[in-house]
Amino acid sequence: MTTLTAPPSSAPARAAADRRDNLRARRRRRLGWIADHAVGIALAIVFLSPFVFIVLQSLMTSAQALTGDLWPRSWHPENYVEVFTRAPMLTYLRNTLLYAGLATLLMLVSSIPAAYALSRLQWRGRTAALVVVLMMMMLPPQVTQVPIYVMWTNLHLTGTLWPLILPNLLGDAFSIFLLRQFFLTIPQEYADAARVDGCSEWRVMTRVVLPMAKSGIAATAMFLFFYCWNDFYGPLLYTSENPDNWTISLGLASFRNLYQVQWNLTMAATILAMIPVLVVFFLAQKVFVEGITLTGVKG
Amino acid sequence: MTIALATRSAGDRSSALRARQRRRRLTVLAFLTPWILGVLIFFVYPLVDTVYLSFTRYDLLSPPQWIGLRNYEFAFTKDPQVRQAAWNTLWLVVILVPARMLFGLAVATLVVRLKAGLGVFRTVFYLPALVPPVAGVLAFVFLFNPATGPVNQILGALGLPQPLWFNDPALSKPSLVLLGLWGVGDLMIIFLASLLDVPREQYEAAALDGVNPWQRLRYVTLPSISPVLMFAAITGVIAALQYFTEAVVAASVASGQATTGGGNAALLGYPEGSTLTYAQWLYVMGFKNYYLGYASALAVVMFVVSLGVTLVLLRRSRSLVQGAEGTR
Repeated sequence: MTTLTAPPSSAPARAAADRRDNLRARRRRRLGWIADHAVGIALAIVFLSPFVFIVLQSLMTSAQALTGDLWPRSWHPENYVEVFTRAPMLTYLRNTLLYAGLATLLMLVSSIPAAYALSRLQWRGRTAALVVVLMMMMLPPQVTQVPIYVMWTNLHLTGTLWPLILPNLLGDAFSIFLLRQFFLTIPQEYADAARVDGCSEWRVMTRVVLPMAKSGIAATAMFLFFYCWNDFYGPLLYTSENPDNWTISLGLASFRNLYQVQWNLTMAATILAMIPVLVVFFLAQKVFVEGITLTGVKG
Repeated sequence: MTIALATRSAGDRSSALRARQRRRRLTVLAFLTPWILGVLIFFVYPLVDTVYLSFTRYDLLSPPQWIGLRNYEFAFTKDPQVRQAAWNTLWLVVILVPARMLFGLAVATLVVRLKAGLGVFRTVFYLPALVPPVAGVLAFVFLFNPATGPVNQILGALGLPQPLWFNDPALSKPSLVLLGLWGVGDLMIIFLASLLDVPREQYEAAALDGVNPWQRLRYVTLPSISPVLMFAAITGVIAALQYFTEAVVAASVASGQATTGGGNAALLGYPEGSTLTYAQWLYVMGFKNYYLGYASALAVVMFVVSLGVTLVLLRRSRSLVQGAEGTR
């Protein structure tokens, strides 16, 4: 609530009334503060409780996990070790890192120049190109899936993760859009100064603009990395027949089917899949939040 | 540089200019070449080919065989499962998307008011949005497990009814909505940023005019954040149209027997087809049963719908934005 400034008055009675009003307003504001924080804390508990319940579950014995108990009778952190012996978690992890890491690397190489041309260079057709980027970003992947799948089949690459990695060599629409948004926020003057000094456009980009867009590039890279880390549809489409190339998402989805009743182990595996993402988020929270904010702002 | 140019003759200048322009154009082309190839190989060509394949029978083994409109005929008049899948997807568009937007806006409004703890609350409410979808679904199927899950334990202790959640055809989609609300943080962060961007003077002016909170929301806040709301609505609808992972994994885990991705047709969309989505049906028909022509027809319908949604919403948003006088 914004404070209302009292209209100027000379009568002392008026002043006393104002003071009373002020007091009342302050009390109301304090009550509002308490109500807001009560709701906020209650909601925060609701949002966090799933994490608490699954952590508790993951530490129970298999026998207790079959009951409706919420609190472990004895604590069994060794469940987390057992997950690794029950399923090839390390293979899943290696595949996921390979997919996410290579895809991110290739995306940066191809998408940074494209985003730069779309935001910092003047040329005819730029607006049309931007519309194409937006359309590629918006269109569900299923729309173009059949011919692309046929293409990878003809190249004998189904069963591997390459159909998910290689397209990033030719740019990723969402990353291009996001990078463009970041590049637009950098003042033109520095680049112009470098151009007057006779720098080539490539040097202007790599020496002047990119160093100033570091946090934006980091955010974009992180988004794609997380997208790949979480991706289920892609690995399912291309590698479901070949468990050697499964990622964590695929392995996790079939984990429960292999170990029917063992909710404790399933929840331990679930937490293992969450941890890396949460850790990276806490380490780079500021960059991340800035990036998400930009995704909602349309240029 | 200007001095150097001025001393040269006019002919020299124009040819120098032309050379510079050509170099400029080559630079742009060099920067864009990978992307242009990407557009051609992964967008233009597959889009055209999908339309062609949708008029054929194709199973990857033999070349496509032209069958005219028969795939479309089957989809629109004969296939009972595509009707169910389309209905479930429409349900998600109509219920899930508005529910997430309203809840996201409510949480963002609350966080704005929690001035002291804004950072902490923002992190807490955002956290579930980071959870990998498969992990989130597994967690929710466990939490809402009818027999032993914590949610029903708590409901039972309070003497409330204990529904079957993911195992009840009437509640499986609402359970997925609850999962979506838990992960509302992505929208919340965007809404929060735009709420914090609303000019303070506008609120002060409104306070001087003595408006009530509802009027303040209607005439100050909403017009100012409407572009962001519209963008969230478009991306939300597009995401709902391709809703896949959560539905597939929830059905497979709750039934306890389906193989990943629904190879077993009887268990598709467990329970009773209530979670079978359009994207899942396209996946099963195309990449499990290899009816690639039919899957292409389904893809063309999906393309038309998503393009229509984007265009309609974009046009509405333009008028909305202009109504609020701030054209971008």
